[in-house]
Amino acid sequence: MWLCNSSIGRKVVMSVTGLALVLFLTFHACMNVVALFSAEAYNQICELLGSNWYALVATAGLGALVVIHIIYAFILTIQNRKARGNNRYDKTDTPEKVEWASQNMFALGVIIVLGLALHLFNFWYNMMFAELAGTTSQIASPTDGFEWIVYTFSNPVYVVLYVIWLCAIWFHLTHGIWSSMQTLGWSGHIWFNRWKCISQVWATIIMAMFLIVALAFALCPDCLGGLDGRVVPFEMAF
Amino acid sequence: MAEKVLKQFTVKYWKQNGPKDANAHFEEKVMKDIPGDTSFLEMLDILNEQLIEEGKEPFVFDHDCREGICGMCSLYINGTPHGKTERGATTCQLYMRKFNDGDVITIEPWRSAGFPVIKDCMVDRSAFDKIMQAGGYTTVRTGAPQDANAILISKEDADEAMDCASCIGCGACVAACKNGSAMLFVSSKVSQLALLPQGRIEAARRAKSMVAKMDELGFGNCTNTRACEAVCPKCETIANIARLNREFIKAKFAD
Amino acid sequence: MTTKLDSKIPEGPVAEKWSNYKAHQRLVNPKNKLKLDVIVVGTGLAGASAAASLAEMGFNVKNFCIQDSPRRAHSIAAQGGINAAKNYQNDGDSVYRLFYDTVKGGDYRAREANVYRLAEVSNSIIDQCVAQGVPFAREYGGTLANRSFGGAQVSRTFYAKGQTGQQLLLGAYSALSCQVNAGKVQLYTRYEMLDVVIIDGRARGIIAKNLVTGKLERFSANAVVIATGGYGNTYFLSTNAMGCNVSAAMSCYRKGAFFANPCYVQIHPTCIPVHGDKQSKLTLMSESLRNDGRIWVPKKLEDAKALQAGTKQGYEIPEEDRDYYLERRYPAFGNLVPRDVASRAAKERCDKGFGVNNTGLAVFLDFSESIQRLGIDVIRQRYGNLFDMYEEITDVNPGEKRITRDGVDYYNPMMIFPAIHYTMGGIWVDYELQTTIPGLFAIGECNFSDHGANRLGASALMQGLADGYFVLPYTIQNYLADQAIWPRISTDAPEFAEVEKATEERIQKLLNIKGKRSVDSIHKELGHICWEYIGMGRTKEGLEKGIKLIDELRKEFDTNLFIPGDREGMNIELDKAIHLDDFITMGKLIAYDALSREESCGGHFREEHQTEEGEAKRDDKNFFYVGCWKYQGSDNVPPTLIKEPLEYEAIKVQTRNYKN
Repeated sequence: MWLCNSSIGRKVVMSVTGLALVLFLTFHACMNVVALFSAEAYNQICELLGSNWYALVATAGLGALVVIHIIYAFILTIQNRKARGNNRYDKTDTPEKVEWASQNMFALGVIIVLGLALHLFNFWYNMMFAELAGTTSQIASPTDGFEWIVYTFSNPVYVVLYVIWLCAIWFHLTHGIWSSMQTLGWSGHIWFNRWKCISQVWATIIMAMFLIVALAFALCPDCLGGLDGRVVPFEMAF
Repeated sequence: MAEKVLKQFTVKYWKQNGPKDANAHFEEKVMKDIPGDTSFLEMLDILNEQLIEEGKEPFVFDHDCREGICGMCSLYINGTPHGKTERGATTCQLYMRKFNDGDVITIEPWRSAGFPVIKDCMVDRSAFDKIMQAGGYTTVRTGAPQDANAILISKEDADEAMDCASCIGCGACVAACKNGSAMLFVSSKVSQLALLPQGRIEAARRAKSMVAKMDELGFGNCTNTRACEAVCPKCETIANIARLNREFIKAKFAD
Repeated sequence: MTTKLDSKIPEGPVAEKWSNYKAHQRLVNPKNKLKLDVIVVGTGLAGASAAASLAEMGFNVKNFCIQDSPRRAHSIAAQGGINAAKNYQNDGDSVYRLFYDTVKGGDYRAREANVYRLAEVSNSIIDQCVAQGVPFAREYGGTLANRSFGGAQVSRTFYAKGQTGQQLLLGAYSALSCQVNAGKVQLYTRYEMLDVVIIDGRARGIIAKNLVTGKLERFSANAVVIATGGYGNTYFLSTNAMGCNVSAAMSCYRKGAFFANPCYVQIHPTCIPVHGDKQSKLTLMSESLRNDGRIWVPKKLEDAKALQAGTKQGYEIPEEDRDYYLERRYPAFGNLVPRDVASRAAKERCDKGFGVNNTGLAVFLDFSESIQRLGIDVIRQRYGNLFDMYEEITDVNPGEKRITRDGVDYYNPMMIFPAIHYTMGGIWVDYELQTTIPGLFAIGECNFSDHGANRLGASALMQGLADGYFVLPYTIQNYLADQAIWPRISTDAPEFAEVEKATEERIQKLLNIKGKRSVDSIHKELGHICWEYIGMGRTKEGLEKGIKLIDELRKEFDTNLFIPGDREGMNIELDKAIHLDDFITMGKLIAYDALSREESCGGHFREEHQTEEGEAKRDDKNFFYVGCWKYQGSDNVPPTLIKEPLEYEAIKVQTRNYKN
């Protein structure tokens, strides 16, 4: 199968899974922004994506994408290190053209996976998983996504970790998006510059949306979500 | 014109005997009074002349035409394949006026699993020949093909094909790539022939077999870092790689 | 003893000879082809195209090159273009005219029949290369573009940017690669042929040195083709690649193949001048520059003195004080006179003290006028890569405007000077490209066949590919036709052992000299002697002195050479020493030939034989022949001269005239 045993095929898998994840992130970011305006609306979306069969299928799909993306990243990295050979250069002078992100996609990927683990623990474990397992938490109901955001970002350690995480994703995407298009063959002298521009803008918009939500909840939880009195006082969070 | 003369600098060069030499190491030599108009390889000629005078074996490196076209020269100089220049140039087109007094110039071979070291900085690039043999041609016999002007090719396509065909097969792309990928080399040949009607007929076959050979020979996977195009002495671009990807994916879907 | 040379020129009028030959030659049937092996040494235009074509036909080919890949052969460095009589420009070109121009350009010293055949197959070469995907320059309408070149009044040169040689070689290399893939060609890279093995009077194989392991290896075949290029590096400084050498050709010469016209050495007018004694290589700027560049030196000697002292720059000299000496002397051809004429004219000016750089050995090539006329963009489009190359080497940008005086813009001129570039002489071959040793063929620059005393620009590529694609694959069959009856030759034959032993002894002898001097230092000295006494302007006294000096250098080489390292493994100094050993013999051979040829023609200029205006003076009465040299068993015994008289039927021999 050419998607496994040819270098371009493997890259195509990386590109397609990567792009699908970018689309997911885009949706996720849009959804998050809702939380800035209405807790109720946000929770409605959460409910929609709760333990319904279609949400579960989508989550499984998403998980598969992530897993494939990660497995392929490992395969590619191992192969590439082998292709590089055992002797390392004594001195290397990276050309200016070469972006830092492009050289460090794997390292960025590792940070992203760690961040993802944290994120799953913070939200998915307490929401979809809890709903499925039937466990309850004293902090908030599994369907009350808004509450979980407020709770998580009330902890400054989490906020810092999330900001780092988002930065890593930003770097990963600025290279990943145009690189995917390049790998899929939709690039050239003209489209290369377009895709690079699109990558920067797109990655920045998505990450800005995430960041705004995170920072807004960290700095001013009281003024968000339509002030319907659901806000939990800070000390209760611990 | 007052000509620049380098009073003193140090050359730190790689010595290695065969691909698996455990004692491979750097040696150093101080060079004195080298005129700026001396080419880099002429400087190494002078260095070798001095080594021979001392009864030592010369430093071995590949070189031939010294006009930047044969693709033989292949030195990794101060962390860049062919050394750093403003526009594309091979090692043999590098001049000493680009260096300064007191510099330490580090010279290493292309380091990549695809290019085992033969001696010192001379590496074996026969892998490139093997990739070419896998499909880098149009299958046409010597004989009596149609008149050359019977095939009309737009100037744009001809020029673009010419740019792709400028690749000299030096291997700088592989040397610079952190993944040891040969995609720029392969894509340049695939692109040249894919752009021309003569090469279109076999385009799918060519893309598949050349990529398969490249993979088989242990070159890495391209991750679009663009280091290759940054160091290419003939300014090949990754637009070629995109074209190769396109040709390859198209060919695979057509299977 | 007199040896009669049979050039095997077919009967009939010159235009029909090749067709006649092909119609009546012997062929090899497809089954027998599979039983026949051919060794091709060299992978340049001639070697690669021959190896590919022979393999396509069904022969088993063993192909050797000294570099790491066939694509590195020095054909790759040819910049300008390739001639063909297509007449696409409708400027009156024809096979006959290309034939005529080539014979005339060669100063009537080439073999008519060979040149006609060359012109005849030139068109097929273009067709073949286009079919291979060589990206020749095109017009907007999609047809092929042409440019003009020295020595012709028509535009018949096809080109691919300034990299025509590269593109043609890559075309031949790809055809070769296709055959390697098909299993019909065995490729041996980093192998050097050191001797030819002769069994029962026929070439049956070679001894080659594996340059990586250092071991000598034996290879047998039914025929041996050498395509190993010219001997320009005898002069140490030349436009040839560093690895170019004459060792394969010399080994054939020592085995009895005649060496023809060694004194015909082409000196290319547009090279970058020598900058110092540490230099190891000269860089050629394409002759195409002469299409739009004008060559000049100052009219006034004091200006030249100021330029030499560095107190004045070229662009500071106003138009009226410039001597465009080529346009002055040759109004009809102007800056586009053939290479030998342009080179000598430059030397003449510099000898008179008008040289323009610190060594006084350079003239200007100026684009000011054409930039004014066409604009810098057009000029850059045509020569941009050459301008960049020039700037890279000299730090001067020829496209940079310096001053405007009286409404005229003055740009930085380039400096150029003649340098050894190509060798017309080579192993003697008959019409079939076979040497005097049966079964041994020579193609491309390494034979003497087509260029006479001077080669026109864009003709080397044409000849290399003509020999390899369209001539040798036919003519070799005439030889091989009755060879399939013999069983495959074993490399265990005593002849192989003998030649291998002799080669090993030669290597040991070199290693055991254990003197003090490096190969390069002796080679540089040889270069100086050759350039000084056997170079552009030759005299009887000079040549005799040259021979004496080379003899002395030979002694120095035999007693004081030092080769570091061992016999085992890769030893680049040893390989260079073998080359130098042969270059020294070659240098002397050039001198002998130059001494015996008491006339001036093409690349050979004897100062005793010139007109009052300083033009070459041919002596058709006494020297209308190919000078072939036969080895006499030792490098220290002068070779004997054997003459192949030239017979012209189609062309009237006359004085070359590029004045009007």
